[in-house]
Parts: sequence; structure tokens; C-alpha cells
Amino acid sequence: MVVTLDFSMPSANELKERIETALPGAEVAVEDLTGGGDHFRAEIVSDRFDGLSRIQQHKLVYDVFGSEVGGPIHALSIKTSTPDGGQR
Amino acid sequence: MTNTEIRDFIANAIEENHAMLFMKGTPNQPACGFSARTSGALNALGVKYAALDILPDPRIREELSGLSGWPTIPQLFVDGELVGGCDIVMEMFESGELADKLGVEQPDEDDVPPPPEPEQKQQAPIGLENRLG
Repeated sequence: MVVTLDFSMPSANELKERIETALPGAEVAVEDLTGGGDHFRAEIVSDRFDGLSRIQQHKLVYDVFGSEVGGPIHALSIKTSTPDGGQR
Repeated sequence: MTNTEIRDFIANAIEENHAMLFMKGTPNQPACGFSARTSGALNALGVKYAALDILPDPRIREELSGLSGWPTIPQLFVDGELVGGCDIVMEMFESGELADKLGVEQPDEDDVPPPPEPEQKQQAPIGLENRLG
């Protein structure tokens, strides 16, 4: 079996910055769940989610990372909400 | 099996099953904490659902994500529509929306064992990691 070491693992801070760039004005908190640089949890508050279903909200976040989710970002757990506290 | 056959099989499974779960492992032997929690929620609701293990062939996951536009596993479909992955399913389970969507009663909290928490990943020695799961 060949094991490839990937030293370009993303950090929680890098994920946070990329989400903030993609969703300007969003409040973003990202936590590295295991310290391993591949299981993350992101909580995002943004008015861009207004009127969108949960699926659409989460897709907006997944789209920031494209095929990296499921690749170097092994798992990305997402919680989205709007500034008024509503989830859709 | 060709990629087209796999895609057709997936599309068919989504269409033919009221609740269709794509997961890592099986409901009895989930191979990932997120899949375990999602199938655990469905088990707790006592709902009948079909489950497909995506692990045996990497093309299952590729074709599924191509079809759904959703990058991660698990994925739950109800009445042919993507409901979500673990986060959304658990939120909807806790709020009672999932029971509504599936047309079942929300069970009494006291009667239902909580779905398992996501597993703590073991730190592998010298940074090696099993990516097969």
C-alpha cells in the first residue's frame, strides 16, 4: 500500500478567511475538531443565507472549497444562520 | 459496471425508495461517525429506509456527488429529493422536522437512546493516516 503524506493541510484560520472572502460581512468561526487539519466545524452567520433552504445555505459554503471537501478537507461540519437568528 | 450504469443505479435507488440513505458502511456497521449519527436518527424514528454503502467502489461516491451536487457522505434523500448530510439531518431530527418529512411521529425523548456522537479520531502514529475510510 502506498501512503502519501500531504503537508499542505489547511488550517482552521485559512478556512475561516476563505469563507469570509467568499461571503463578505459574514461572521465565521472555524474549529479544527481533531487537530489533524482535516476535520473541521464551521459556524457561519450571514445575511446571504436569507431566504435559502438549509441545503442551499450549506452548498454556498461547500462551494468555497470545491473538490477539497472530501479530499484534503476530509469532513466539514456546517452550521448556518442569518443575523436575525432564523435558519431559513 | 460502467459509470453510466452506476449513475443509473443511484438515480433509480433515489427514485424508488421513500427514504434513501447513502453512507459509509451499513446501518448495522457504520464506518464513519457522521454516517452512524445519520442512520441512528432514522433508526430512532423507526422509519423504513434503504441504505447503500458507498465504500466498495469509489465511483459510487463520484457519481452520487455529481448527481446531487453535494460533496460529502452521508446523503439522505426523501421522496427523490436531497434532504442533507449529517448536520442538516441531525438538526431536523432534533427539531421534529425530519419526523414530519418522513410522515412518522416524533418519538418521546425519554424513549429514544440518543444517536451516537461522532467518534474521536485516533491520532495515528507519525502522521500517517488511513484515507480508505
